[in-house]
This record gives sequence, structure tokens and C-alpha cells, in this order.
Amino acid sequence: MSADIIQAINLEKHFNGGDIKALNGVNASVKKGEVVVVIGPSGSGKSTFLRCLNLLEVPTGGQVLFEGVDITDKRADINLHRQKMGMVFQHFNLFPHMTILKNMTLAPVKLLGKSQAEAEAKAKALLERVGLSDRANAYPSQLSGGQKQRIAIVRALCMDPEVMLFDEPTSALDPEMVGEVLEVMKELAKEGMTMVVVTHEMGFAREMADRVIFMAEGKIVEEGAPEKIFSAPEQARTREFLAKVL
Amino acid sequence: MKPSASQTWPLKAPDWILNGPEWLSDLGYDFYKSFVFDNRYQMYIKGLGNTLLLTLLALLIGVALGVVISLIRVSWDKNHTEMQGPGRFFLGFFNALAKIYLTVIRGTPAVVQLMIMYFVIFASSRNKVMVAALSFGINSGAYVAEIIRGGIMSIDEGQMEAGRSLGFGYVATMRYIILPQAFKAVLPTLANEFIVLLKETAVAGYVGLTDVTYAGNIIGGNCYDYLFPLLMSALIYLILVMFFTFLVGKLERRLRSSER
Ligand SMILES: Nc1ncnc2c1ncn2[C@@H]1O[C@H](COP(=O)(O)OP(=O)(O)O)[C@@H](O)[C@H]1O
Ligand SMILES: [Mg+2]
Repeated sequence: MSADIIQAINLEKHFNGGDIKALNGVNASVKKGEVVVVIGPSGSGKSTFLRCLNLLEVPTGGQVLFEGVDITDKRADINLHRQKMGMVFQHFNLFPHMTILKNMTLAPVKLLGKSQAEAEAKAKALLERVGLSDRANAYPSQLSGGQKQRIAIVRALCMDPEVMLFDEPTSALDPEMVGEVLEVMKELAKEGMTMVVVTHEMGFAREMADRVIFMAEGKIVEEGAPEKIFSAPEQARTREFLAKVL
Repeated sequence: MKPSASQTWPLKAPDWILNGPEWLSDLGYDFYKSFVFDNRYQMYIKGLGNTLLLTLLALLIGVALGVVISLIRVSWDKNHTEMQGPGRFFLGFFNALAKIYLTVIRGTPAVVQLMIMYFVIFASSRNKVMVAALSFGINSGAYVAEIIRGGIMSIDEGQMEAGRSLGFGYVATMRYIILPQAFKAVLPTLANEFIVLLKETAVAGYVGLTDVTYAGNIIGGNCYDYLFPLLMSALIYLILVMFFTFLVGKLERRLRSSER
């Protein structure tokens, strides 16, 4: 299907020579503009699934098609594809030796061939939107967790990605900072960004997701619209999980 | 104990030295012949210059070599399970070379390496400083490589992942993101390596290079008295080491206060 921007086909990821089966035949697709939220118990393979989508983890089996191209193919230039797949990590992973502005302009300048001025203009506009204009010349260590994660999001946006991947973006935050990050993500979703979000924030899933995927033991157990997953889950495994987290 | 100065030796000390009490005139005479006579102090200065130049060049070579070696080792360790084809072969080949280099260099004395370098490999070269700098640089590179490797491995894995997720390749991520942080982390250790190296170059006299040690050695031989010349060599090293240790301390405090 051409409307699918990402398609995971029979994804399999085994660690330690097969001892750990993190992913066991995952099939999933993401349409352009869709917000897909992935939920499931810890260790169920959510991160592995997400990281296989941009090949931070190389799957041991199956394929990932991005914009119709098989990026698990050895001949695919993964660096080029990754430019269009922004990723936000649980622990921010800002570059501590660079200012916020440098964090945001490094990739556009080095990889997209933008001029420093061009890249800075875009970075500043994005900073403005997340309310952090005054921190442009600060270093990451001078920011709060919530600020760091907002910066991490706009750093990825500086590359004009087609898709944004989020791996538990609020899990490392103090509770009072979760809201400001979710707010930025909601705005992004409203603007039509294609997003795959691994999170434990069920409120966000309910409100923003077009589709919720529930994973357990390296497999997709159930997926569907949030209303269906949260109100009328079909699988006992899903009900059991939701009973614990809701 | 000391020969009566004015008669035994061909060189003549000024009268004001010889006219004092005996112990003072003996000491004054020793001092005079160790430093003043024949402008011998210039030899220590030359030795000091050579020692510093040698150490600095050796450190530069050592750091350049150390970066390359550590990068080969780290990229092999991190990537070889997922690599294949000619890339894997070449990296594996260079990794094996790097291991041999580390083993040989760290398993043999620097002075033997220096002598092989000067008397065998560069037997036709007259440029003692360059040959010695190369030899000590190659020696230091083995230690610097392990320092930098430690620095690279101390950087959180998330940094590499963040770089790669933006679209940077492995090498570019190393260059822009990992190495600058690794360098900052090991800067004090590298500065200490400079101090260690400074003292290790003291064997440069084996190939006739006039460094601080060899200057003392030669003058001691000329004077038939090693007390002042060798004390002077020791003093020069001590002052240098204390000075650079002070600078490293400052650097560490500076880095710590800017720690993020
Ligand atoms: N690099 C790795 N090496 C070995 N095992 C791993 C690695 N990464 C993840 N795993 C294992 O794979 C399983 C799925 O992990 P993960 O995808 O992180 O789960 P989740 O994100 O849902 O908590 C877990 O059992 C985890 O221990
Ligand atoms: Mg996870």
C-alpha cells in the first residue's frame, strides 16, 4: 500500500544468539499523518520494535519498508533514510558539549548542506514555538528535564523528518514536567506529523492516538482505535495490562 | 677529597673564588666549572630546549597515533559482529595490526625502541630530535591509545544513538559527537602523559641527543665531577614537572567547574 509510510513485515529480533527473543514476527504499518501509540508491559519489545524501524537495532529477520523502500536491504543507505526519521529518546541524549543552538544546527548543516544562518533561523523559529528561545545559547546541563526533552524534539524536527519516533519520552521526567513535553507532542500531532510513540501515558494515547498497538512478549497482541482498545479490548492479555495501568 | 683547584686542572677559576675559605672556594670552584666556565650553562639550556621540543613532538605524534589506534579498536569491538565483506576484512586487518603494535610497544623498553630507531631504521639520519620524537611518539601512542579508548568508552551509548538517528554515519558521529567529549574527559590524563613522557625522554642521550640528562652527563664528564651537573639536570626536571603538574591541576579545576 502506497499510503503506508512505514511497514514492518514479520520483524524478528533475537539477542544473544537467540536466547532472548525481543521481537517475534511483528507486522505493523504506519500511514502518513497517523499517530500510532505503542503500549505494553516492560520488556515486551516496544523499544526494540521502535528502534528496528530506523535500524538502531538491526532486525535478525523480516523487513522494514520506509516510503516503500526496504531499508533492511544491505544496499540501502540507512543514513539517508534516518534523516527523515526523527527520534526522541527516554534520556534525551542531547550533546552536552554543544549549546542548544549547536545541538539543533549540527545535523542540518553537516547533512543537509544548509548554511549556518539558514539552520539557525529554523532552529530559532522552533525554539520560539516550544517557548525556549531564551535558552538558545545555554548548554544542556543548564536545562531542566522537561526543557531538555523539548529541545530533543525540536532538534529532530530541524531535519524536517517525515516521521517522528518517540521512545518513552516522558518516563525519565519529574511528574510536573511531563505535561510540557506532552503538550509539544500534541501540537506536533495536530499539525499532521506522522508519529510512532512508545509511552505509558494512557491519557495521551486516548486523546491523540489514531491507533493503539498493544505488545506483549515480542508480539503485537492487539491493535485498534484507542476507544476500542481502552473500552473494549478483545484479548485477555490486553485487559490484564490495562487493569494494571489505568 | 677535592683536588686543589688551581694546580690540578687546566682551567683557571677567578681569584675571588679561590681566595675564600677552603670549603667555600672548593664549592665555588665546582660551581664555576659546572656552569660558568666555557659557557657551560648554555648546554643545559640547549638540553632544556631539546627535552621540551622532543616531549612536545612526541606527544603530538602519540596523540595522532593514539586517536587512530583507539578508533580502530573501538570500531572493531562495536561493529564487527554486524559487519561483513571487505569492510570487515580491512577493519579486522587493521585491528590485528593495532593489537600487535600495542603488544610490542608496551612489551619492550622505550630506550631499546629508540636505539633500534636511530641505529637501525634511521641509521642514515642525522636529525636526532626528529628520530627520537618519532620513536617516543610511537611509544607514547600505545599508551595514549588506551587512554583515549577509555575516554570513548566512558561516553554514554545514547550519544552515538542520537547522532546516528539524526543521519550521521558512524565516523561522522565519532568525529562531531563522541571524540570531542572523550577528549574532554581524558584531557587531564593526557596532560599527565605529557609529564610522564617528559621524564621518559631522559634516555635520549643513548643516541647522543643533548637533552637535559645528557647535558648533565657530558658536563659531569668534562669536569670529572658529576655533583653539580647531575643535580642541575634533576632540578630542571623537578621544576618542569612541578610547573606542568600545577597547570594540569588548574586544567582539572577548570574542567570540573564547567562540568555539565
Ligand atoms: N541490547 C540488548 N541485548 C540483550 N537483550 C536486550 C537488548 N535490548 C533489549 N533486550 C531484551 O529484549 C526484550 C525487549 O526489550 P525492550 O524492547 O527494551 O522492551 P520494552 O521497551 O518493551 O520495555 C527484553 O527482554 C530485553 O531485556
Ligand atoms: Mg523500552
